[in-house]
This record gives sequence, C-alpha cells and structure tokens, in this order.
Amino acid sequence: MTDRNRIIIVGAGHNGLVCAAYLARARREVLVLEASDRVGGAAITREFAPGFRVSACAHICYQLDAGISRELKLGAHGLKTAHANLRTVALATEGDHLVLHGGRLEAGLLPDKDRAALADYHDRMLRFARVLGKQHNRRPPRIGGGGRSELIAAAMLGLDIRRLGRDPMREFMRIAGINIFDVLEETFETPLLKGALALDAVLGTNLGPRSNNSVLTMLHRLSGQATGVTGGLSLPAGGMGAVSEALAAAARAGGATVRTGSPVASITLEGDRVSGVELESGEKLAAGTVISNADPARTLLQLVGARHLETGFVHRIRNFRSKGMAAKLHLALDGLPGFARLAAQRAGDRLVIAPDPVYIDRAFDHAKYGQCSPDPALEITIPSIHDRTLAPAGRHVLSAIVQYAPFDPRASTDAARAEFLERTLGLLERYAPGLRRQVVASELLLPADIEREFRITGGHWHHGELALDQILMLRPVPGAAQYAMPVDGLYLCGAGCHPGGGVMGAAGRNAAHAVLGGERAA
Amino acid sequence: MRHKDHFKTAVYQTPFHPRTSFDLTPMTKHRITGKDALPFLNRLITRDIAKIKPGRVGYCVWCDDNGQVIDDGTVFHLREGDYRLCSQERQLDWLTRSAHGFDVKIVEDTHEVAALALQGPTSCAVLKAIGCTGAEKLKPFDIAYFPFADGELMVSRTGFTGDLGYELWIDPARALELWDALFDKGGNHGIRPMGTHALEVARIEAGFIQAQVDFLPADQAIRIDRSRSPFELDLGRLVDFSKPNFNGRRALLEERRRGSRYRLVRLDIEGNKPARSAYIYDSKRNVVGTVTSAEWSPSAKSNIALASMHMPWGRPGDELWAEIYYQRELKWSRVMARCRVVEGAFFDPPRRRATPAADF
Repeated sequence: MTDRNRIIIVGAGHNGLVCAAYLARARREVLVLEASDRVGGAAITREFAPGFRVSACAHICYQLDAGISRELKLGAHGLKTAHANLRTVALATEGDHLVLHGGRLEAGLLPDKDRAALADYHDRMLRFARVLGKQHNRRPPRIGGGGRSELIAAAMLGLDIRRLGRDPMREFMRIAGINIFDVLEETFETPLLKGALALDAVLGTNLGPRSNNSVLTMLHRLSGQATGVTGGLSLPAGGMGAVSEALAAAARAGGATVRTGSPVASITLEGDRVSGVELESGEKLAAGTVISNADPARTLLQLVGARHLETGFVHRIRNFRSKGMAAKLHLALDGLPGFARLAAQRAGDRLVIAPDPVYIDRAFDHAKYGQCSPDPALEITIPSIHDRTLAPAGRHVLSAIVQYAPFDPRASTDAARAEFLERTLGLLERYAPGLRRQVVASELLLPADIEREFRITGGHWHHGELALDQILMLRPVPGAAQYAMPVDGLYLCGAGCHPGGGVMGAAGRNAAHAVLGGERAA
Repeated sequence: MRHKDHFKTAVYQTPFHPRTSFDLTPMTKHRITGKDALPFLNRLITRDIAKIKPGRVGYCVWCDDNGQVIDDGTVFHLREGDYRLCSQERQLDWLTRSAHGFDVKIVEDTHEVAALALQGPTSCAVLKAIGCTGAEKLKPFDIAYFPFADGELMVSRTGFTGDLGYELWIDPARALELWDALFDKGGNHGIRPMGTHALEVARIEAGFIQAQVDFLPADQAIRIDRSRSPFELDLGRLVDFSKPNFNGRRALLEERRRGSRYRLVRLDIEGNKPARSAYIYDSKRNVVGTVTSAEWSPSAKSNIALASMHMPWGRPGDELWAEIYYQRELKWSRVMARCRVVEGAFFDPPRRRATPAADF
C-alpha cells in the first residue's frame, strides 16, 4: 500500500523541487529522482573552468514567485541575493550608453519625447504584464470542459483584462498578438533604446523582433516579481544553483527525499495508469503518482512512449514547438573587462548588445535558415562583481545569452560552435577592447548542447515556445493543460506547462495543487 | 485500360437477384506489416486484434481521441503479423500519424489488388465451379488461398450483404481472367453483375452502416455533434476496454459513465414508401431522430430504415413516426408513417452462417 501512496517526481529542476516541497508540506511521501549529480536542472551553478563557477543556463532571476519564496521560507533555507535589482545598460559602439532602470533613464542621452514615452511605455507594459502574472498561480480553464470551475476560471481571465479599463484593454487586445518591432516603432525614435527593449522581448525565444507573439513573450518576461519588484532583475548569491539548493532544502525539510544521479529510463504503466518508474540502472520504483519535471516530448514520447497514448495527443505533443535559439556563453577572465566609456560601477549591471531592432532581426534571419548570427545580440552579466564566491580573487566570470544559434545548424554543431564563439568574442572585443586577452577559459553552449546537458528536448529554456497557441489552456497542448496527462496518475510540472519557464516555480506549485485536487476528486 | 476499371459494372440488377458480383477494387486497402503490426492495430482499433488469428478477418471501427468513429472496415490477418485493412475512406494520413513510435510499415495498395465481391446463395457453387475445391469449408470470416491461372486466388468468406458470400482477391493482371472464368462457369448458377443500388439494398437489409451515409467520419466533421461514437452506432460490441490503451478509450469510458447522446436503430416502417432522410417524431410530434438509410426490402418484404435517434428514444416499443416525402408523377406528397424498432438484421438467412456452405 505504501507504494501506491508514494509520489515520484522525475527531475529535480526548480519546478520539480517546488512541487516536491508543496506535496511534502501536505504530508505526502515524495521521492524526487534527478538524472544529474546535482539538483536544479537548468537552474544550477557549476564550475566550467578551475575556480570559475557560473549559472550554467538561466543566469538572471527575474520571475521567482514571491509567494513561493515566502511559503517555502527560501530565505531560511539559505537563499540570499547578491544584487536585488540590476540596471540595464544598452551598450553603444560610439557615443553614450543608455542606463535604464525600470522606466527611468539614469544615464545617457535620449530626446525628451523618448524619455517621456519610456516612462509611459514601462507603466503600460507592467500593467499588462500583471494581467499575465495573475494567471500564473491559477490552473488554466479546460476548453469545452463546461464545468462551473472552468467557466469561472475563464471568466477570471476575461475580468482581469476588462479591469484594465476601456482604453488599456483595447490596447492590450491590440498588441498581445503582434510583434515588438511595430510597437517600438510607433513609440520611440532612438534605435539604441528600441534595440534594448526589443531584446527583452525575444530573449530565449525562437522569435525575431518582427515575429508575431514577441509582445507576449516580453510581457511574460516582465510578469514575474523577483525580490518584490515587478519586472525586476536579481542575482542570487551563489548563482542560480543557490535557488535550487534552497528549494531542495525546503523539500527535504518537509520530508521529501531527493536522489541525484538517478536517471529515469521509463515511466512504467500497469493497465491504463502509472505504476512507477524504471531507472537507467534497471532499478524499479513503484508509485501511484508520477509527476514529470521533464519537458512534454521527453516525458510523453520517451519516458511513457507513444504507443501508450492516443494518436491525436501524440501528434499534438510532437508538434509542440520546442526548438531553442539561444546560446549561452561563459568566459573565465583574469580581470574585470573594460567596456569602452562604461563607468566601472556599471559593469556589474545587465549589459545588452542590441544596437537596434533591425540588428536583432538580421541576427534572427541567419538562424532561421540554419546559421548562427554573424552579429549576434547579447545579454551579459558579470556576476562575480557582486558575488566573490564565483571566481578566484581578482578574476571574473562573464555569463551571456547569445542570440541566435539554431538548434540544428547546417554546419555540424562542433563547427557552428567554434565559429559562433569566434564571432561572439570578436563582437565583445569591439565593445570591450582587450577582453580577448583576458579570457582564461571559455565555454559556449548551443541549443543542442543545452538539450544534452539539461535534457531539454530542443534546448529551449521554456521547454517550448511561449506563444498564443502554446500558453494558458493551450500549454503544452489542448486537453493536457491542467497538469494531469491522459494517463491516470501522470502529471507534468515543468516549464512546458502553464505558465511556462523562467525560474518562477509556479508550474511546480500549480501541479502540486492539481495532484492534491485530483486525490480529493478520486 | 487501368486495372481499377477491370470490374466496371454498369448493369442495374434487381436487388433480390440471388447471385451477384460487385467490383471492390476502388475500396481503400492498406497493407500493414512489421514487428509492431499487432500492437499498432490494437492501439488504432477499438476491438482486440490479437483475437483475429492468421487466416481470419474481423470487422472493426477506429476512433479519434474523442472516441468518435473515423471509419469502419475489415482487418484481414493474412499471415502471421501481416495485415490488410480495408475501408471506404482514405486512411493513409491517419494510419501514418498513428504509426509514430511503432516499428510498422504501412502501404496503401488499393490499386495493386483487384477485388470482387461474389455474394448470394449460389456463390459457393460458383467458386467450386472455377476450381476452388473445398471452398465450402470456409467458415464466416475465414481466408483461404486457391491456385488460379498459374497464380493464387485469395478467397475470404466476407461481404457487405447479409447473405452467404465471398470476396475474391487477385493480382490485377489476372483480374479479367477471373471475371471471365466466373461468368463462363457461373452461368448455370445465375451469376450477374450487381450495381450500387442493389448493394445498398442488401447492406441495409443486413443492417450494415456506411461512412458518409449513416455516420460522418469524425475527421471530416466540423460541428461537434455530427460525429458518432461506436456505442452510438450500435457497435459497442467492438469496443474492448480490457485493452489498456486504444484511440478513443478514455473518451469512450467517459461516455459509458455519462451515457451516449444517440443510438442507431433499425426501423420497420408502415407502407412501402422508402423513408429516405425522414425525420422521426415521437407521439407528441417532437423530432427525436433522423433516418440515415432507407429502402424497400424485397427480401424481408418490409419498408426498412436505419435511423440515428436522440437518447433515450429508439427503445423497442417506443411510439415513433416517420415523416416521408415522396414523388408521384412529379408531384410531391407527404405521409406520416408508424415505425417499429426492430432488433437484429432485417434479412438474416441461416445459409449466411452455415458451414459447409450449401450449393443453393
């Protein structure tokens, strides 16, 4: 009987750990199985060169759910912030950089018109982002479910939009499905400002600024509340792995068991419901409920297997768009890089290389057709400025998201990686002369590398594109958007579910509630 | 001349003619082979395919994820792990889509196989006359192979009529030869080509349903209440919930729990005017169903129909009326005719199942 009451969570990513912690708080017997030798999934800190540690995938914490931090007492479990709210510096090759903080311009030159528009734009987008943010902790309604709770859930979403007021609601409806390029064109004049804001919209996506849905991805990015500030950007002390360590500590404190180095080979079934998992080692573990933190395709097509699912569902899962376009660069540096005309105290902020939206769109064009961008767009942090534990004294680590790199480059992945690294270093050298000579070691992860290291099908850090057809009640696919999968006892709890990725944890918590709700209904 | 035209029939026959042949070549045929042919079919189809042994045929339906019927057809277990799936509608897209995760090869070979239905009380005698010695030993849904003109003739005791009958399967190159042999040797047994109208009468007499007529294939339905589940087509016997997974299983379990929306019934209607497309009313003149197929049955000497009824109507003993429109000398008239729900086929002669099959 104990086996049937046991809940196994496949994968100790941040969502799996959040889910485990909530289920453990509800006094369930929880066992978390993690393939790699540390917890965290794509939210880890690891050494990439002797003495140099870095947040190996996600590197800025901007969405961690405040309710989760509070309820799981992550502070008491050791989570500290190295920097609570980074500024954004839009790097210019010549002339002044722009330093942005929220909707304010702190340094640099903008025409008055743009300066006023920036504050207004920031407020407007935050209001819209809060509408999305409110959905994060709700189970999305089931389409055609017809039940009262489904109708209420759908009505709540409508009501949140309506409450914006008449004109903002119209504006929200107007822009929610369109592209950031057009919205920025009609709002601002300065290319550098537009470039920086456009990059916010396409980071981590398979979209260019002119792709539709890129307003939605920007709103999603703004919708989190790291350290209490909507749209704020924070750096956890000890890197992103510290978030996962705190979550694991919270889960363990509640009574959950977390086993690392235990890759799951398959989710086993008995009749039409789950019976447990089989590890790659051959060990079989029984459970009445299995919750997968892995991405939808890996969970359903590999761990469960298409033959145990129905044709239409398999077809939808196979067509869940999940190819990543973002590469991750890690540099070990023997000193602080000197960005031209940038005050030293600003080097620790979030530096972006995106001189204008057309630049980003051009970078995207190459990746669309299987090549890495010759001139990529970058989001750079040097976390060792705020956190001395990440690098030896006097030395630094640079962590950057580099866009775009296709999942399946026309050249071999190795050739594409070498060329893209060279291109990116060349570009950085233009902004920070002498940086190349400071590089002690480097590592570039293409989407295919991210797929391999973090076991994310397609290497997309949201497990799948966030787009109108893949959000809310459509995420990951219609008919399976309420965390329960069409196999009794099987749930998803990762970024492939509503509300998606970013180190947020909401999917994990919502999944835990769905499991507990399912027990009550049974 | 293309081989699909080999059995072209143009002759209209009275439906009660006892010895008839009908060209099945245009029927869609798929060959399904490979290590996972059995598990593939078991996931595709609602019934348990493992029970259809080599040399046997089974009638089946397949559903989408919502438990709505995409099509019905026959599965031929030709040899161990080698299957033929026959259907009215083209299915390659759905079969290919369903094949993900299975080691299976699917080929549509509609035009590589010539097929002919030989149906009626003397059909076995005709077979024996062309050299199929021992054909009478075939039980319903059996498959056998006979030498024919330096090649092989496959014979299955199957058909789309409710009578004794066979379907003949042959290489298109030998199709004309087979036709000629049948009509040479079968003359004394009264063989005649059969047209589509005759087949229509025969299949309604047997109570067989047809895609696009009695149900709309689920993949073609746009409005959600237009498709039907197996239960709603009176095919619940083909649904085997003891299989842990098949397309539509979860939805069908839910339907069994909540109840179906419709049922398919056989109606015996007063008078002799076929109730094609008629509304069915209850005693209070509420519409409670629609006729999907209707004919005068020369074999049963009744005015018969298949109808899709809203639940709970269509129970034996329900008072039902059909609103029939008919034309006499270009003038349309309307009659309300009393209907009786019939259980079982309208025409079901013992020779249909008797083994060994009699000569006449």
